[in-house]
Amino acid sequence: MSATSTHPTLDELRAEALEWGRKPRRRGSWYVTEHMVRAMRAYGWTIIVGALGQPIMYLLGLAVGLAALIQAPIVDHGQEVSYLVFVAPALLVTAAIAVASEEMTYPVMAGFKWRRYFYGFNASPLGSPQIANGVIAGAAARMFVAVAAYYLFIWMFGAVPSPSTGWIAIFAGVAAGLAFGIPLMAYAGSIEDDKGQFALVQRFLFMPMFLFSGTFYPLETLPGWLQWIGWISPLWHGAQIGRVATYGADVDAGMLTVHVAYLLVLCVVGYLWGRRVFTERLAK
Amino acid sequence: MPEPVISAQNLVKAYKVKGKPDFLAVDGLSFEVAPGESFGLLGPNGAGKSTTMKMIGAVSTRTSGDLSILGLDPDQYGPEIRSRLGVVPQQDNLDGELNARENLYIYGRYFGLPGKVCQEKADELLAFAQLEDKAKSKVDQLSGGMKRRLTIARGLINDPRILLLDEPTTGLDPQARHVLWDRLFRLKERGTTLVLTTHYMDEAEQLCDRLIVVDKGRIMAEGTPASLIREHSSREVLEVRFGSDRNAQVAGQLGAVGDRVEVLPDRILIYTENGEAALERVTAAGLTPITSLVRRSSLEDVFLRLTGRSLIE
Repeated sequence: MSATSTHPTLDELRAEALEWGRKPRRRGSWYVTEHMVRAMRAYGWTIIVGALGQPIMYLLGLAVGLAALIQAPIVDHGQEVSYLVFVAPALLVTAAIAVASEEMTYPVMAGFKWRRYFYGFNASPLGSPQIANGVIAGAAARMFVAVAAYYLFIWMFGAVPSPSTGWIAIFAGVAAGLAFGIPLMAYAGSIEDDKGQFALVQRFLFMPMFLFSGTFYPLETLPGWLQWIGWISPLWHGAQIGRVATYGADVDAGMLTVHVAYLLVLCVVGYLWGRRVFTERLAK
Repeated sequence: MPEPVISAQNLVKAYKVKGKPDFLAVDGLSFEVAPGESFGLLGPNGAGKSTTMKMIGAVSTRTSGDLSILGLDPDQYGPEIRSRLGVVPQQDNLDGELNARENLYIYGRYFGLPGKVCQEKADELLAFAQLEDKAKSKVDQLSGGMKRRLTIARGLINDPRILLLDEPTTGLDPQARHVLWDRLFRLKERGTTLVLTTHYMDEAEQLCDRLIVVDKGRIMAEGTPASLIREHSSREVLEVRFGSDRNAQVAGQLGAVGDRVEVLPDRILIYTENGEAALERVTAAGLTPITSLVRRSSLEDVFLRLTGRSLIE
């Protein structure tokens, strides 16, 4: 069909494009978030069962089992608290980190390689930073649900002596989850072929972090040469903030600032890395 | 002549290669596409067609040259340009976690369309793609042809001014290809500007008003399918086979039979205005081919003439 005079002029087309581009430029990140959350519904049951089942199992195991064995209270910075009260904030943070290790690995690999849907996003008005934002926001939404459910359970198990500030632990959990997850997302985006890297992350990053980050006992209990694991682990920093929130752990203001700043730095550095990885890969 | 909706001048895309000079995937392409036109890029794999499409699609930046899409520079107005394009990529990138209808719905959301509009458009496009009964099916349950149609439908969710199709029918069986061509004809009739890449000459002949033949990042020829054939080939082609070990030897004796002779590994092509007459001359010379075929010249012959290579290698 040859061109006819019924076609709009170039000026009209340009004006139309400028108008159409306005909304996606402003809200594109939320459109990607909406997609990611919708896609989670496909495995919605796993999410719900995980969010409810995991806390129940851990708390029953620790509160009814291990705590019965550990009769003596835990001494944390000279403060005596019951074992469950000590452990609960760290478990809550672990739940967020577990979500990060799922939502910020395989869906990223799927988006770039297995399903390639990130390329589909990018062919629409959405830009690569918005795609990264949407992945982060989608994962954060799931983290929030998992951590809030966890908080409810630890409160019911009587492990929140200071409920007036305790809720802050929910945000500490999400922050720690993102501090672990955002750099992981950048790494996942940079992987060309899946050679079991995510399984290695699970075994050699997540597990040691879980075991050596002052989760089950104060970090100081460990010999000095093992304490560094806790220091670099977002889990320990998040858990310490959570402990201040749930039972007023005696952490001085300087250290509290370090905990918050460390999580923020990981998020920011991971984000800058992730944006670059997404932009370069999508433009290839 | 209305102003072009796509205008490329000396478009270059270079990739860095370690220890070697830059690789020029696109090496100085210049072309224009008028509104409502159906424009094709024909060339073999690796000719630079997909790279050109990515630059037109405002997802890959150019190394040098000028490019204007809908009157805007893609380096600066990527999201604005993409908001008025429809894109059908070479590899399907539908979301397998969502069903067919959800894939359309969510894609509409990316353009900032309200939820209700997305619902209506999704139903309308499912009908256009003849997939109404597959609305609730997960993408993984669809056949290759259905996925392609769904991807095309998705590309139309924003009523695009330009639809970019990168190898739209590669990997489809003949029936699925014809269904897809039919859908594309309808779009053409509605006045949508189509830009497509293909290495199938029949597809280019069927769908394109005008095309460029691209090889190694450069334009080899430009024109309508008919004018390209007229200019670069004869009216008819006689194909004869003498067996792979004899073709080259016999070709030497066929020089006077037609205007031009091309020897391929499996057959000899004789370019001539009258194929039947040429065949008579072959047999009169005492040569008996194992098989013979007279056909019209195609874009494949144009490509062979221009590059010395066949399109599908």
